[in-house]
Amino acid sequence: MSIFVDGNTRVVYQGLTGSAGRYYGLLNRDYGTKVVAGTHPRKAGSDVDGIPVFATVGDAVAATDADASCIFVPAPGVPDAVAEAAEGGVRFIVVITEGVPMHDEARTFAHLQRHHPDVRLLGPNCPGVISPGQCNIGITAGHIALPGGPVGIVSRSGTLTYQALHELKQKGIGCTTCVGIGGDPVPGTNFIDCLAAFEADPETEAVMLIGEIGGSAEEEAAEFIAANVSKPVVAYVAGMTAPPGKKMGHAGAIVSGGRGTAAAKVEALSAAGVRVGSNPTAAGELMAEVVAAL
Amino acid sequence: MDLLEHQGKEFFASYGLPTSPGEVAFSSDEAVAAAERIGYPVVVKAQVHVGGRGKAGGIKLGSDADEVCRHAEAILGLDIRGHVVGRLWIEKAADIAEEYYAGFTLDRSARRHLGMLSAQGGVDIEEVAATAPEAIARIHIDPTEGLTAEACRRWVAEARLNPAVTEQAVDLLSLLYRAYVEGDADLVEVNPLIVTGDGRLHVLDAKVTLDGNATFRHPDYAAYAETVERDEREQEAHARGLQYVGLDGTVGVIANGAGLAMATVDIVDEAGGTPANFLDIGGGANADVMSAALEVVDGDPAVRAIFINIFGGITKGEEVARGIIEALGRVDIASPIILRLDGTNAAEGTEMLRPYLSERLRLAPDMVQAARTAVTAAAAGEGPS
Repeated sequence: MSIFVDGNTRVVYQGLTGSAGRYYGLLNRDYGTKVVAGTHPRKAGSDVDGIPVFATVGDAVAATDADASCIFVPAPGVPDAVAEAAEGGVRFIVVITEGVPMHDEARTFAHLQRHHPDVRLLGPNCPGVISPGQCNIGITAGHIALPGGPVGIVSRSGTLTYQALHELKQKGIGCTTCVGIGGDPVPGTNFIDCLAAFEADPETEAVMLIGEIGGSAEEEAAEFIAANVSKPVVAYVAGMTAPPGKKMGHAGAIVSGGRGTAAAKVEALSAAGVRVGSNPTAAGELMAEVVAAL
Repeated sequence: MDLLEHQGKEFFASYGLPTSPGEVAFSSDEAVAAAERIGYPVVVKAQVHVGGRGKAGGIKLGSDADEVCRHAEAILGLDIRGHVVGRLWIEKAADIAEEYYAGFTLDRSARRHLGMLSAQGGVDIEEVAATAPEAIARIHIDPTEGLTAEACRRWVAEARLNPAVTEQAVDLLSLLYRAYVEGDADLVEVNPLIVTGDGRLHVLDAKVTLDGNATFRHPDYAAYAETVERDEREQEAHARGLQYVGLDGTVGVIANGAGLAMATVDIVDEAGGTPANFLDIGGGANADVMSAALEVVDGDPAVRAIFINIFGGITKGEEVARGIIEALGRVDIASPIILRLDGTNAAEGTEMLRPYLSERLRLAPDMVQAARTAVTAAAAGEGPS
């Protein structure tokens, strides 16, 4: 089992004809993802390496039964692309694009909540999602992940997600699904959404959570874990030494007014019974202990 | 992107919010000339990207040319919590009867906008939030709905402002919300929002943070970016398009990905060293990016060792190795480099690097080892002195 996506997920790529969309779309297909369509308003009827291109997501869904979308369009076009995907009938939308303005993200999320409450948005500015051996949507190098479980991963950071997958694979530990929720201020899917899904997934037996400075998503995750998660959780939080008032690469990674510090997040997670590693390698070792004891 | 007070006021004024007339001055002569045009009394205000200016002596009332000149001389060059004042805002003094607080920002937990309004303004709002949270009226706003007049009126009533200014407050807050949304601000804050002696609501201070991701629809924001204070290293890195944050230590850090770069800075600290910077070179690691990163980090006189931490995902180990080899051929680096290369085809990349390894370029098997080696090298003073 897995969460959000599996071997049956059929994906349409919005922006497949662009350079990044084509590159990752074809890589995802090579991995085994069912990449069934692309869209471009003026290139309907053409194809990208055999993948048919349609004018809209609605057309693509009608012709190919796509049920998920992956968005690679430039930042200014993201709100319309998400609305089109939801309108077109897919139930899961992944936005890889970075640099989307906060107000666009907030409006887009609210629009989906109001008009398409059953649609799940992942991102923007995220690496995507991979259920190893079944489906890889986004920019993760599929081969660094070992299929099978028992660990589910959720992370705000791209490269630290890869690092976590790699550390686990070195130890022979597989992954059910790895979700990169991204580091932006308004993530479509947050820690709690993923924790709830992993808790409900019978094949996920432990969860790795990778957080970073800024906001209070880790503190809220800690509260949720204490109340609702029976499976063991291991965490790592990046930015212990980050100075206040500086954005550390991600738009959302900022300590301001004494809030959003890594220390406060580690404390909240520890208090909720989460085992927190002081660095990614230490977290990997903690997870190996947890898995050995399952 | 944080605005200076006077830029924030210009931003507010462009949305129709009431602000005081004023002028920017860079010297005491300019300050006096501005005051003469504006008319006394004026307030001389330090323009720096930090709060607590009043307490630090950065805001003074001047009722004649002599006073304005004296204040301007005292404030220019003043160090306010690490920010040296080089710019003044000379503004017509206001007649203050009451001081309120108003602001909008994103509530990240709720994934909706949050408005805060208080009749206790003019003081640190964080302090009010901590000591008298009931004194702040909060409103959550659905971004697709906006701030409706009806909801705004209820919110104003809840804040218990002077009932005489209710209608003015509803209008002003609607304009402030419009500035927040249409201006693509992460934060707008008016503290204090005053009631003047003759009963008008007026913006007396402005704190505005604009969203750097939204500049594609606000080309005029480029002018604001020029006044953002960066140290020399940050300026150099910014000019080269690198995500760089300067820190105070001796171990330079280069990593691919924001999260990994943060983790690298942390692990240097954990290993007993002091990181000199945060630097994210992004997904690829080609020679152009790598040489620029190395030059910026090595250009920092405090740096004694450089820790390059690369995890290859889509980018293969060979490409990373090629980038580093080429970069080292282009630029002379004074400090020893400790490289950790992991991920896709790390073994192949390592093989390519082998002929180039020396005391100046060392390979470490993992992040922890690399951090320890870099910290030891920096402490031993192997870099330039």
